[in-house]
Amino acid sequence: MLKTRLIPCLDVADGRVVKGVNFVDLRDAGDPVEAARAYDAAGADELCFLDIHATHENRGTMFDLVTRTAEQCFMPLTVGGGVRTPEDVRALLLAGADKVSFNSAAVADPDVVARSADRFGSQCIVVAIDAKTVAPGKWEIFTHGGRKATGIDAVDFARLVAAKGAGEILLTSMDRDGTKGGYNLPLTRAISDAVPVPVIASGGVGTLDHLVEGVTKGGASAVLAASIFHFGEFTIAEAKAHMAAAGIPMRLA
Amino acid sequence: MAPRTPLTVLVDYDSGNLHSAEKAFQRMAAETGAGEVLVTSDPAMVARADRIVLPGDGAFPACRRALGSYGGLFEAISEGVSAGKPFLGICVGMQMLATWGREYEDTAGFGWIGGEVVRITPADPKLKVPHMGWNDLVIDRPHPVLEGIATGDHAYFVHSYHFRVADPAHLLAHADYAGPITAIVGRDNIIGTQFHPEKSQALGLRLIANFLTWTP
Repeated sequence: MLKTRLIPCLDVADGRVVKGVNFVDLRDAGDPVEAARAYDAAGADELCFLDIHATHENRGTMFDLVTRTAEQCFMPLTVGGGVRTPEDVRALLLAGADKVSFNSAAVADPDVVARSADRFGSQCIVVAIDAKTVAPGKWEIFTHGGRKATGIDAVDFARLVAAKGAGEILLTSMDRDGTKGGYNLPLTRAISDAVPVPVIASGGVGTLDHLVEGVTKGGASAVLAASIFHFGEFTIAEAKAHMAAAGIPMRLA
Repeated sequence: MAPRTPLTVLVDYDSGNLHSAEKAFQRMAAETGAGEVLVTSDPAMVARADRIVLPGDGAFPACRRALGSYGGLFEAISEGVSAGKPFLGICVGMQMLATWGREYEDTAGFGWIGGEVVRITPADPKLKVPHMGWNDLVIDRPHPVLEGIATGDHAYFVHSYHFRVADPAHLLAHADYAGPITAIVGRDNIIGTQFHPEKSQALGLRLIANFLTWTP
């Protein structure tokens, strides 16, 4: 049986983890490669690097990080942030990413998803959707870190990019991100039901029950969290054991 | 004169990144004393190799065409396999062992293991395609490359098509996704994995080590 994936996400800026990862045995809490190795050893199912202020000038730093991670961690790695063209996808795949995530570029031009999927295969093309509730049962895409409304319906957009060849949707509820109040479950459910591809729930995890709900109520195929793991509140093993105890199929060490 | 160092080649035909695979094979070659690991597109180097690994990411027809566009490369692989060299195909590199690929269009495979590569259609329509993530293996027949790997161990899959073998004797392992998904195929000196060993943590490294020391 296919297992639900648990994915720690590292926000990276200029080659450093934005919020230090609080593991006792790390020599350098700000080094993304060290954090990745720790999560690999801890039994994370995948890793996600998000370059939170990707610019043309600092791309080289990210490529180097991805390469060093891929040669030490023999597990799947998704990289996002500042990805605009099929050439950007190619460069990150060649650096060692397994999947590459589009965000605002896919909103500006959904065909970039089709061009990339045709060239590299849907299996490595992720579309990150940042959405907020604008009315009950209605969600809208926001870009620029949740500051810019687009007027685009999130469910329609998810359907569109899946049809264009996205192999996976990384769904972040912007009105929950950082609140520790749990995923936006109606949004997660609406998107999961609307697309044939896997959906990763993201944004708002504060407790282990939130991870459970993302799957049981939100219908997500994978759950992503950052701070609850980075700050050492919970280990990967604790989270997986909790989800398994709630009846979710998990890969346990 | 000292004996020649054994050589394993990962065939590079511009289908995805081989860096992670190269590092995984190099690490396990060092641990098992299996010699040198090289990434190459050079038919002469493939001809010299003792073991051949064929990766592949993307769509079946694109991979088959890309491999064919390197003059002499497929021929060198084919000669090595005929000569009995251990061969490992990974993902689309495994799928191309089939007679036919049915992705987008009908594409002839190598025909080394009879069967066809067809879209995954889970009996439960709520299941997502691609089949993406960790699934547990069911070992259908024991094989030296699967030593130390048991039914219930997990491997990392990401694919929308899978290999339906014509002869069940060639099915070494499968996974369940509302119906069987072919995970490992093999016959004689040929083995292929649908999943990525270099992305499957301890299980993958074990399989790589086994392959590097396999004498079919």
